[in-house]
Amino acid sequence: MTEFFADLVLILNSTFRTSAPLILAAFAGLFSERAGVVDIGLEGKMLFGAFAAGAAAATLGSPWAGLLAAMLASTVLALVHGFVVISQRGNQIVSGMAINIIAAGLAPTLANTWYHKGGQTPFLVDENRFAAITLPGADAVAEVPVIGALYADLLSGHHVITYLTIPLVIVLALVMYRTRFGLRLRAVGENPAAVDTAGLSVEGLRYQAVMITGLLCGAAGAALSTGLGNGFIRDMSAGQGYLALAALIFGRWRPFTTLGACLLFGFVSALQGRLQGVDLPVLGTIPTQFTMMLPYVLTVVILAGFAGQMVPPKASGVPYEKDH
Amino acid sequence: MRWVFPAFLMLLMCAVPGRTADFRAVVLYDLGGKFDTSFNEAAYTGAERFKAEFGIDYKDFEPTSETQYEQALKRFARRNYDLIIGVGLGYAVAIRNVAPLYPDRQFNTIDALVDLPNVRNVTFKEHEGSFLVGVAAGLATTSGRVGFIGGMEIPLIKRFEYGYRQGVDYVRSAVPVISNYVGSTAAAWNDPIKAAELARNQYARGVDVIFHAAGPSGLGVIQAAKDRKAYAIGVDSNQNGIAPGRVLTSMLKRVDVAVYNAMRDAYLGQWTPGHQVLGLAEGGVDYAVDANNDDILTEAMRAAMDAARAKIVAGDLVVADVEGGNLGK
Repeated sequence: MTEFFADLVLILNSTFRTSAPLILAAFAGLFSERAGVVDIGLEGKMLFGAFAAGAAAATLGSPWAGLLAAMLASTVLALVHGFVVISQRGNQIVSGMAINIIAAGLAPTLANTWYHKGGQTPFLVDENRFAAITLPGADAVAEVPVIGALYADLLSGHHVITYLTIPLVIVLALVMYRTRFGLRLRAVGENPAAVDTAGLSVEGLRYQAVMITGLLCGAAGAALSTGLGNGFIRDMSAGQGYLALAALIFGRWRPFTTLGACLLFGFVSALQGRLQGVDLPVLGTIPTQFTMMLPYVLTVVILAGFAGQMVPPKASGVPYEKDH
Repeated sequence: MRWVFPAFLMLLMCAVPGRTADFRAVVLYDLGGKFDTSFNEAAYTGAERFKAEFGIDYKDFEPTSETQYEQALKRFARRNYDLIIGVGLGYAVAIRNVAPLYPDRQFNTIDALVDLPNVRNVTFKEHEGSFLVGVAAGLATTSGRVGFIGGMEIPLIKRFEYGYRQGVDYVRSAVPVISNYVGSTAAAWNDPIKAAELARNQYARGVDVIFHAAGPSGLGVIQAAKDRKAYAIGVDSNQNGIAPGRVLTSMLKRVDVAVYNAMRDAYLGQWTPGHQVLGLAEGGVDYAVDANNDDILTEAMRAAMDAARAKIVAGDLVVADVEGGNLGK
């Protein structure tokens, strides 16, 4: 029993740590899509953010510079997407995919040109990355049964972006549902013509939404290269942007269900690592390939069967054209 | 004016029979990229050594996806490259497809086996080198638990794991080895976040030494070792310097030797097709000692590793390469 509890704490700890970038990316997608702009370029923006963070942190010697650079770089990509799909009314899927391909190629190329390390940025020394923070008193209570383990092993020892994600999620949800800006944003994703009739700029609102997406994706990328990892490595986002998109759809474009979906994906991924090589009665050792499949199987099963009807924002994916 | 010296040398070489005057070689890296501080970088080191010693430049190519392998091989074969080295198992199918089309070209694989008259295959006895670092891990652990993290789950990486397990068992029986793999696709080589997560999990479960065979993903394992103040063991290239004092040692896979030999042999006209297996006896695998791990890799560990090496080279100790295989001569 105690071992089961210790294992559970470990898995939950890993869930929190690895979910943070996923949550940031999913909320990035949330803002964009609720405003009617489909964004499958989350992956690319995250990856490019990770590269910008790794490069800036290594060159300028501060993880905060890295975070800032990541948010800026990712916002630039988001604005490119915005220009194509909002101003030029281009296809949103094509543009998003183009962003992914650009980021996957450009980041290692720039890294190679600047650092000559085969598309990686230099390893970050401890001062240049977001180190794990030990919460006050964590060492003192570590020996207390149950509570000690929960506090010291579960809540303590994450990096600053993970901790900031928690209040940020609440703030973002409030902005979306309790502010005038949020109302307008949601309206622009449901019925842009009505927003236009009310005398508000559809383009302006969508640009703002896309910029928020850029900032959040950048933070997600920085969490990868300067928080969880120590430097940028090509393709290090490893499909998390797409997973975030799945979480967003599974969460039916609502903040807290999306958050739940991200945590579920994080949990399954952590569980997957723990299940490798474990001997089960009757079944024997589960093959690694099988456990690796679990997060994806879960995604498909949830999307196909259990999640009910997914109704995206009405104007999602539709460029807005004024009738003149 | 950097070309003057090589050009001058080449002029000299023209006069010497048996040497190809206009020697053109190309090194094709795999997806990890040239400076992955691991497998590909070892190949680069070997090619650079050839360049430094013979003053002859070479081309290299870094693919961005597996689909480029065959295309790149054909391109360099068409452009009359004498020696084409495909670094990594991923080139096996591509070389099998391309080599018969260009029977005059010399193809050299690393880690792959392609049985064709114009292909030289170089493989390594990774299990022997892994055995040695397993010996070190078994002696270094204070918790009595050690770990292994592989990249993509393929038989080649299983060989690292199995050799390592035997090495641990050889010095200290009943030390459990906890093993994880990052993934089952090529993406597993470039996922340091996942690898670090697996490593943190192992460390939290009482492991205090982890040997990784995961290419660039393994950097995550070394980072986790640094964060937890535990030990990691590097792979392929000397990775001791990535986190000085935290990398117990590195299992060197001398891809550099294989690449250097291929280029030298081809240049001197002594290149032969066939299969070469480089083990401890041939200097194909080794462990790394430098200033970064001089303090932590104790004399006792080195002595135990060297004793095991001597036994393996002499044939008194046979390291099995796969589970249940190759034991007993």
